[in-house]
Amino acid sequence: MFIQTLVTGLAIGGIYALMAVGYSLVFSVLNFSNFAYGSIIMLGAYAGYYILTQMGQPLFVAVLAAIIGSAILAYANEKIAYSSLRRRNASSLYFMISAMGTAIFLENLVYATIGSRFYAFPEVLTRQNLNVLGTSLGILDAFAIVFSSVAIYGLHWFLQNSKMGIAIRAASYDMQVSQINGVNINRLIGLVFLLAGALAGISGVFLGMKYMVYPTMGWITNKAYIAAVIGGLGSLPGAVVGGLLLGVLETFVSAYISSAIRDVFSFSLLVVLLLVMPSGLFGKYLEEKV
Amino acid sequence: MFEYFSGVLTFSLIYVIATVGLAVFTGFTGLFSLGHAAFVAIGAYTSGILTYFYQVNFWLALVAGGVMSGLVGVIIGYPTLKAKLRSDYFAIATLGFGEAVRVLLENLDITQGARGLPGIALETDLPTVLVVTIIVLWVARNFIHSRYGRAAIAVREDFTAAEMMGINLFTIRMRSLVFSAVTAGLAGGLFAHYVSFIQPSMFTGALSTQLTAGVVAGGMGSLTGPALAAIVFVAVPEALRVASMWRLVAYGFLLVAIMVFRPQGLFGHQEISWNTWRNLWKRVRSCGTKPC
Repeated sequence: MFIQTLVTGLAIGGIYALMAVGYSLVFSVLNFSNFAYGSIIMLGAYAGYYILTQMGQPLFVAVLAAIIGSAILAYANEKIAYSSLRRRNASSLYFMISAMGTAIFLENLVYATIGSRFYAFPEVLTRQNLNVLGTSLGILDAFAIVFSSVAIYGLHWFLQNSKMGIAIRAASYDMQVSQINGVNINRLIGLVFLLAGALAGISGVFLGMKYMVYPTMGWITNKAYIAAVIGGLGSLPGAVVGGLLLGVLETFVSAYISSAIRDVFSFSLLVVLLLVMPSGLFGKYLEEKV
Repeated sequence: MFEYFSGVLTFSLIYVIATVGLAVFTGFTGLFSLGHAAFVAIGAYTSGILTYFYQVNFWLALVAGGVMSGLVGVIIGYPTLKAKLRSDYFAIATLGFGEAVRVLLENLDITQGARGLPGIALETDLPTVLVVTIIVLWVARNFIHSRYGRAAIAVREDFTAAEMMGINLFTIRMRSLVFSAVTAGLAGGLFAHYVSFIQPSMFTGALSTQLTAGVVAGGMGSLTGPALAAIVFVAVPEALRVASMWRLVAYGFLLVAIMVFRPQGLFGHQEISWNTWRNLWKRVRSCGTKPC
């Protein structure tokens, strides 16, 4: 029971970590909360579902399509809703409102065109169980853990070793100075949104398989915000640790106390954490700039 | 036909009350609340439960709903504002607060969970709402023109400078948060007694964002702008019978468009007053004699 809960928690935590990393990536460079991220995850899930069921493609094609679709969408989102604000040096309040507008727009566009129906992914992976050390382990959970760690490790490798990755890390410290040193900031931010969108696509497909696909599923990114706050906003290792921690804690709360209290627990944790340690475990806390 | 229009008007005025409250907070202190639906819900449930289970007088219950929202506003505002959370952090904290309240309402016994409270007495009508709207607008106007309101504007423009001038950041932000919580609670109470059925799913993040949309579209720093925007957002689609789904699509689109093209909102810092109309009339008249 204990190990099984732990593994389920890690699987959910892995998906939270993916979302939190995508969200933190944008936060670390642009310093604002991208509330549109949830709807991009949702559309990624729809894309994956459509490719898998309507076009009858295998799973990996669906995941790939979701990744590409979400990445393009996130890129377009940046170009349309944020780039003009960026040029105007607007405060993060305006960015957040613009992001919120995008979220409302995309979510309700899906409502109005596709409808509010819940779609279940075909049971390719959900039904099978692996038997490891006497506990039965859902193959979907195992798959989610493996896939999210591979994706996060890939991103980490990219940020550590590639030229663009180093530029992204530099920009997250100081955008102006890195610009002076010859970083093309527009291209860099476009890349950041492409990467975040790719992560959104993966997490969208896994969320869809774990739960279902429906227009308001983007609200689950609230959990990604909590995970990011636990780890420290803008810190990528923090987002990973925060996501895993939140997933495990939540699963234990719902397994041992009550599943109804789970969300209340998470949101209270968020509010308490913001008060006690707003910089989270690994983050840098920025006072409002003067 | 008259009944239909008065219904639409009542509904939009309830929105106006909540939006004006939020305008005092977001527009005049520069902080961004994403959990205002929670205050509306608290007001709705408090006054609904009081009249439904305890047969309290409607007006008393309405005031109790407002007071309860204000109290919760103090509880959530005291630590977050004391800690001087950055704007993103404050927005995420209010987001979490709003969701926590909704989940609590879904799991409490007295609120009857997700089933909601049916059959709340129908007490709200157009004159009632009109009276409350006028009172709220009047109080909000006086608040903004008072010393506190001017201090709030100073805080919004540059809080470091304002603090140096001896303005207590915390008190100013707290006052406007409590004010907006109380008005949201009043709107909730009126809403509960108007539709006579409330359930937690009515008070989701979507409602919070709709309220914020009104404030942003109307103009951050104006009272009449958001009020007008709230009426336009609720009344026009209702009267034109556009499907409610597309209304929200338009909300989102408008928010992005306003941020990109006119970030100060449609009215900016301007208020709609008699002078506005007089100036407009002058401009129209002068068009005939000289190029405008």
